[in-house]
Amino acid sequence: MGALKQYLDLFNSQRRAIDAGSAGALNAARDLAFEALQGRELPDTGVEGYEKTSIDELFSPDFGVNINRMQLPCDIAAAFKCGVPNVSSLLAVVVNDHFVPSATLLNNLPAGVTVMSLARAARERADEIARHYGTAASLQSPGTALNTLLAQDGVYVHVPAGVKVDRPIQLVNLSSTPVPMLTVRRVLIVLDEGAHLSVLSCDHTMRDSNIALNSQVIEVIAGPHSVFNLCDIEESAAGQSRYSQLYINAMEHSEINVGGMTLHCGTTRNEYRVNILGQRAHCQLAGMAIGSDSQHIDNSSDVTHSAPHATSRQLFKYVLDDQASGAFEGSIVVTPEAPFTEAYQSDRNILASSQARMHTKPQLLIYNDDVKCSHGATTGQLDEHALFYMQTRGIPREQARMMLMQAFMAEVVDTVSVDAIRDRLRYLVERRLAGFDASCSDCQSCK
Amino acid sequence: MNELLKVTNLHASIGDKEILKGINLTIKPGEVHAIMGPNGSGKSTLSSVLAGNPTFTVTEGSVEFNGKDLLQLSPEDRSHEGLFLSFQYPVEIPGVSMVNFMRAAVNAKLKYFNKPPMPANEFLKLMREKRAVVELDNKLASRSVNEGFSGGEKKRNEIFQMAVLEPCLSILDETDSGLDIDALRIVAEGVNKLKTPDNATIVITHYQRLLDYIKPDIVHILYKGRIVYTGGPELALELEEKGYDWIKSQIDNKEEA
Repeated sequence: MGALKQYLDLFNSQRRAIDAGSAGALNAARDLAFEALQGRELPDTGVEGYEKTSIDELFSPDFGVNINRMQLPCDIAAAFKCGVPNVSSLLAVVVNDHFVPSATLLNNLPAGVTVMSLARAARERADEIARHYGTAASLQSPGTALNTLLAQDGVYVHVPAGVKVDRPIQLVNLSSTPVPMLTVRRVLIVLDEGAHLSVLSCDHTMRDSNIALNSQVIEVIAGPHSVFNLCDIEESAAGQSRYSQLYINAMEHSEINVGGMTLHCGTTRNEYRVNILGQRAHCQLAGMAIGSDSQHIDNSSDVTHSAPHATSRQLFKYVLDDQASGAFEGSIVVTPEAPFTEAYQSDRNILASSQARMHTKPQLLIYNDDVKCSHGATTGQLDEHALFYMQTRGIPREQARMMLMQAFMAEVVDTVSVDAIRDRLRYLVERRLAGFDASCSDCQSCK
Repeated sequence: MNELLKVTNLHASIGDKEILKGINLTIKPGEVHAIMGPNGSGKSTLSSVLAGNPTFTVTEGSVEFNGKDLLQLSPEDRSHEGLFLSFQYPVEIPGVSMVNFMRAAVNAKLKYFNKPPMPANEFLKLMREKRAVVELDNKLASRSVNEGFSGGEKKRNEIFQMAVLEPCLSILDETDSGLDIDALRIVAEGVNKLKTPDNATIVITHYQRLLDYIKPDIVHILYKGRIVYTGGPELALELEEKGYDWIKSQIDNKEEA
């Protein structure tokens, strides 16, 4: 216990430098965050909802924080190879928390659409950022409060009313550091009424990178009748920890489709908090976790219905091999203000080895009579009958296992709505399950 | 030698329970053998053990297949060497399409014989040809293996796979169960079309019915884990007429004596 203290001390002694490396609303929010952290600790495994992942432990190494905004060595040109075949995505690289747009992005953004550094936006468009920053994220969460306390930069995306961005925005998040480091990244995505946006976000670790923790808070304000797709793929490395918190405010008639795909990691904790604030909104939340060696993947979801006639679907699937461990805690909350809610949750897991472990806790909290809700969780092994059947047709056992795991994950892959991203994800999943690294075959820059 | 399969004194158990208690069986190329017997006599266990199902443990005896020690081979290598089992209950594999399943099977066999994978157009042509053998609908090709197939479609799918893999020994485990009379005819005709002087078939069945379509050369009766009777095709007709009771009482009396 007590990992928080070193960061509060850092804040107290370096406040001026932190503010100097950032701007406007980000700096203005720090006092509230500091207040929210008084008397608090980062959750340990004794705290409900964190049974299998100690946030305190994630933050306890003696990490450096790059508050003086030093440029870290990174082969950004190589990162631009992360493009997806058959789709001309608008690509930007985020090195730790430093935003670097590609020429394609700058030259091809539809009129009125913004994709830029969050710190720069806070300087140049102070009112706009102040209006939205911190409105979806909750300082009740110590992790979010700490992120708010220290965040200096990240990404800002804004799509004005009625604009449909037809090419996906791709954010390549690179973790690169010569020393043990905590990266604090903040992302703010605002869709005005009727806006359409697809985002592909992928986490990579550069070769030779030191151990690191990425603290990421993503806030999405999905306006009325907006359509928002996010495919978040993690392909990081051992020694990397990720603590990602995604907050979405979904207004009336908005359509949300989020997929969190952990293909390769060290220790990962993802929190999804979806607030359905407008009637007839629809949210699909999907998660995939592939763990091997001693990787650890913990997903926590909370979809809260606070408006009538909205629907939500959650689907999480894990395949864990070797000594990998997984955790899932998911809840559906239906408030008294949300009659005629339809909400479903499903968690299905495969343990591919006898040492792999899965902990799952599905929950329904319903404070309304007129709802259709269900949840279910299963954890099992690969179907031995199917394996034997495939073997009798000449398919070697190892290949048969791989085919069954791919088939198991197909359901999650299929939730991705952008065709090219879905195909790419399927390819990455196949490579991962075939025992290769999840990275693309032609890339040399990832670890 | 001219023997495709030579089973000698085969004993097999599941857990502590011995199910096969000394099977002897010799099959030559070109032959069709029927194995009949009452429920629980060990028919399906025999086919499972020959295919390499790890649920069963062989405790005694030997099986020679094409001059190789079959029991030493993995299930996939038994397939490559030319053994095929048509399942009584074909397994559904959600998410694995028939096309990918068959491509994996065909290419695994080619790899076993150090040959390159089959080009896509050649593979599709092969699928088309072999589907015709059992009149299998093209639309099933894009579906997941056996998922949502009717009983008849599943059995036709088994024979389709047999046609693709061209085994030298096929074991049809209760291929007639769950089939209506038209599906039975299509399946049986498929099997007959695939018959050559170089391959052999074991037909495991309860009833004479299937044997009207697939004519056996030799009929065995399996009871309590042993082959207790071997005869010509007329033996199947006799069973149909008299049932299994006369066999049972004869053997049980002998055991008591």
